[in-house]
Amino acid sequence: MDACYRGNDRASGYEMPARHKILLVDDDQDMLQLYRELLGRLPSQPEIHTTTSGAKAIAFLESEPFSLLISDLSMPKMDGLQVLSIVRRKFPQLRTAVLTGVVDEQFRTRAYAIGVDIFLEKPGTAQEIQLFLDCIESLLGREIQGGFRGLQSKSLVDIIQLECLSQSSSVLKVTNGVREGRIWFQEGEIIHAATQDLSGEAAFHRILSWKTGNFESLAGEPGQARTIFESHQALLLKTAQAQDEAQAPAEADSKPAGETGGPDAASKALSAISRFQGVEFVLTATTGEAKARESWGVENPEQVAAWACELLQRFEVLGERMQAGNLSQVEGFGLQNHVALVPQPDVALCVGYQRHITAEQMRDTTKKILASWAS
Amino acid sequence: MGILNLFSKKSESKVNRLPSGSFTVDSLGQILVSTVLQDYPRPLLTEIGRCALHTFRSARGARLPLTEFVVHYAAFKVTARELRGGAIVFLTPRSLAAGSTSSSFA
Repeated sequence: MDACYRGNDRASGYEMPARHKILLVDDDQDMLQLYRELLGRLPSQPEIHTTTSGAKAIAFLESEPFSLLISDLSMPKMDGLQVLSIVRRKFPQLRTAVLTGVVDEQFRTRAYAIGVDIFLEKPGTAQEIQLFLDCIESLLGREIQGGFRGLQSKSLVDIIQLECLSQSSSVLKVTNGVREGRIWFQEGEIIHAATQDLSGEAAFHRILSWKTGNFESLAGEPGQARTIFESHQALLLKTAQAQDEAQAPAEADSKPAGETGGPDAASKALSAISRFQGVEFVLTATTGEAKARESWGVENPEQVAAWACELLQRFEVLGERMQAGNLSQVEGFGLQNHVALVPQPDVALCVGYQRHITAEQMRDTTKKILASWAS
Repeated sequence: MGILNLFSKKSESKVNRLPSGSFTVDSLGQILVSTVLQDYPRPLLTEIGRCALHTFRSARGARLPLTEFVVHYAAFKVTARELRGGAIVFLTPRSLAAGSTSSSFA
């Protein structure tokens, strides 16, 4: 049975400008009833809808907008991961939460790989229930403020300032595509930064030059040696100045060149990639058409392009069926050479390596190539 | 406490775990030996095996013959080695690093 519950009016003095709508999916009616009562206590007084199957949940989502979907994992016919996988694709803006009694690291990993916002274990004590409610209220609150997606809309500078102002001792892990950097904070001071090839202030400036990406706040590392001694304001100011200076000539250069992403630029990019150690050939292919876009050092580009696109598509479909998360890379090892296939938006990147290159070297070089490709 | 007890109620339905272990397939894609738990759907395992065979064959067609390949997913890894016309396939679920929070910036 599906139902809609409009919360209770205990907090009569509290009026939200617009009420959130939560959709709960669980095959157990008793659980649904219980959650409805619990979620009815939230200060934001959300409208709570419930349903007992994934298919019905998707139908609900198609018929009206919701702020949050909370799904159980263990359900017959379509399990929670399947539901969330479909929901993520069809409703990318919808907040999603897993609420499960199945305590398993693998499911947590897979849920986050699919892109759920939060993975919660079913609460067992009064304290856990309160934590659960706080988490849900927080998720809803983030949406009210335009998204945390609030934090997503902030720049890395804002995030760093927040860490400093909160006197945090932590490590901020920042990833931009395949590039990764870390910034160490100690009691609100920036003490160290590192990227794959830089450390100290240089690394900090490099990380700050990344315009988009993901970050993770990791536990502090008290033993980390200090390599940065400037205040965070001074560091951020220097970074801003350096970026302004770098942007000015770049803008001037971009005008006569006209098409920076044109065929010449792409050929130059491939040629630059070919200079990485052990690289034998490089090829990019348009995934929709399975046609070689640019290649360097390949004897049969059309054939390799078709193979690369078909293979990546095949493994993407397989990954989706298994709910294994996004496909990040396929590495092939042969007696003549090795090959790395990397799916990029609308493009497949195929890099051939000499056969004496080890898997580890190949992985590292592919990371560097992707970083170079992204920049 | 009656309400709290409800939380521990287990449903009989369950979620498929990602498979862990290895199996061999012959040149026709039939599974010969497997260490993957029996409860994992066999058709999906067969599909993985056939994908592996197809990869080796299509790579030869593209003049890039492979003896081994690794497919990296966010939560899973598939490793396949060619084996006398068939293949041996290793399936490894990945794990998240514990104790961190994550989000995005723009």
